[in-house]
Amino acid sequence: MSWFRKKKFPKKNVADKRVNIPEGLWIKCNNCKEIIYKKEVERNCDICPKCNYHFRIGARKRLELIYDNGQYEEFDTHLRPKDPLGFKDVVKYRDRLRDYQERTGLWDALIRAAGTVDDYKIIICAFEFSFMGGSMASVVGEKLSRGMERAALEKVPFMSIASSGGARMQEGLISLMQMAKTSAATIKLEEAGVPFISLLTDPTMGGVSASFAMLGDIIIAEPKALIGFAGPRVIEQTRGQTLPEGFQRAEFLLEHGMIDMIVSRKELRNKLIGILNYFQNRLK
Amino acid sequence: MIRYYLDFEKPLQELYQEIERLRELADTNKEYRVDIKKMEKKLAKQQREIFNNLTPWQRTQLARHPDRPYCNDYAKLMLDDFIPLHGDRCFAEDSSIVGGLGRMDGLSIVLLGHQKGRDTKQKIAHNFGMPHPEGYRKALRLMRLAEKFNKPVITLIDTPGAYPGLGAEERGQSGAIAINLREMFRLKVPIIAVVTGEGGSGGALALGVADKVLMLEHSIYSVISPESCAAILWRNSSKAKDAAEPLKLTAKDAYKLKIIDEIAPEPPCGAHHDHKAVAKILRRVILNNLEELRQFSVDELLSARYTKYRRIGQLDE
Ligand SMILES: [Zn+2]
Repeated sequence: MSWFRKKKFPKKNVADKRVNIPEGLWIKCNNCKEIIYKKEVERNCDICPKCNYHFRIGARKRLELIYDNGQYEEFDTHLRPKDPLGFKDVVKYRDRLRDYQERTGLWDALIRAAGTVDDYKIIICAFEFSFMGGSMASVVGEKLSRGMERAALEKVPFMSIASSGGARMQEGLISLMQMAKTSAATIKLEEAGVPFISLLTDPTMGGVSASFAMLGDIIIAEPKALIGFAGPRVIEQTRGQTLPEGFQRAEFLLEHGMIDMIVSRKELRNKLIGILNYFQNRLK
Repeated sequence: MIRYYLDFEKPLQELYQEIERLRELADTNKEYRVDIKKMEKKLAKQQREIFNNLTPWQRTQLARHPDRPYCNDYAKLMLDDFIPLHGDRCFAEDSSIVGGLGRMDGLSIVLLGHQKGRDTKQKIAHNFGMPHPEGYRKALRLMRLAEKFNKPVITLIDTPGAYPGLGAEERGQSGAIAINLREMFRLKVPIIAVVTGEGGSGGALALGVADKVLMLEHSIYSVISPESCAAILWRNSSKAKDAAEPLKLTAKDAYKLKIIDEIAPEPPCGAHHDHKAVAKILRRVILNNLEELRQFSVDELLSARYTKYRRIGQLDE
């Protein structure tokens, strides 16, 4: 497919209004509802200057914000999803895939990258939420596993950036098994003695939160990110009453001892350098 | 005996009952035995017709059949003796997962499994087989106990899923499942997992990482329940019947996808109709697999377990 090759770094990552900053000069903050000048937000790492709300951003943008000079090498770009079940709901899985591939310029919902952060080599796997809700199926699970195995082999730190609704229904049990596969791969990191830093962003749910993402040596979340196993609507239905304010948000998880820290997107790179300094024993 | 009939089982109901009644009469009058034989033939034919052509949705219903044996039934029927153990040593006892020490054909094992509960009182006590984090932590505790004393672990999976609740989230449902997934990969004893009823997503998989994964013939194993899948993709949970098809959740499908190693057959009209018979089959199948796994060293076992899951995934390169 020629469109893919040419559009290696698509200008506008996505047109999906639900997940990204919509077109136009002015935008409304999802949280404080203020109308803000879009450039102000973009210059601010896609954080609302008024209320600190972290807009959802794509995998590429995340990697650019973290790696030195925004540069990184990409791996497994040739891995493409199949349709192992021949899945069809109201739409065929194949058609859905094609649609998302065209919209995002990605074959599937994860980018595996390597590069340096303050001269430390680090492998990062970043989810692209705008690709089918960042759902995990064969390609995502495979890239994560390869990323972890590679990090173990090269003895370099590994980082995952989760942004996902969970396991992808359209690949059925194969998706479910990626939970086991990726959780197992974290053992390779452990055996190699390399640190695993897990960043949880909005949202990290279901099969992704209940597998590798919760197994980091250090677990960081972005402010207000929704993180949990079951979706809030499902829980509300079971309970038959509304959920308390802030439920399943990063702050709630920190309070309950499930994560190490909440770090603003603006501070992330510096925080990461501090962590890498520690593990590599370099004094700065 | 069988008490609850699914719609597609209804044609069998009358025959079952007639045979039952005739059996009582036959105790005093031996002539009726011929009639019983005839009826049993008719029943067998009906059974084959119905059970050989089940749709995925019908199998889902069977997998959830309220008369299906649960973990405690299997413990009673498969084990020589069973000593249940309780608690996660941390927060609570979660009875949606039961487990303990047992002996199977003289061999010491640790048995673990979801327990749904049959009547309303039991269902509530066992939380419909939907664990909180404590359940998974208890399971891991018992697995580690097994490892410490070098006993194989048998898990029986039958759950709608992990419990979606406030307390469960507060106490780290995700983390509890994730830790089980990882730790099962390094447990230094053989693990056999059997989906006996409903293999509901991550809540099932948290007991499902094993050297041998088996499914009973009419059990299901799925990334999401057909109801939830329908609610998301069809925006209508009553389309569950339609969603059950593409999800490929039957034992045959899982076997074809190479997710499971073996399908354990059920008696002619399903496990719910004959607990003793299915327990006998399952016991044999488990013992055979244990025998096979005994040949491997710990290192061989662990590296094969990693590879088994590592290769799951279908993609183009
Ligand atoms: Zn705002």
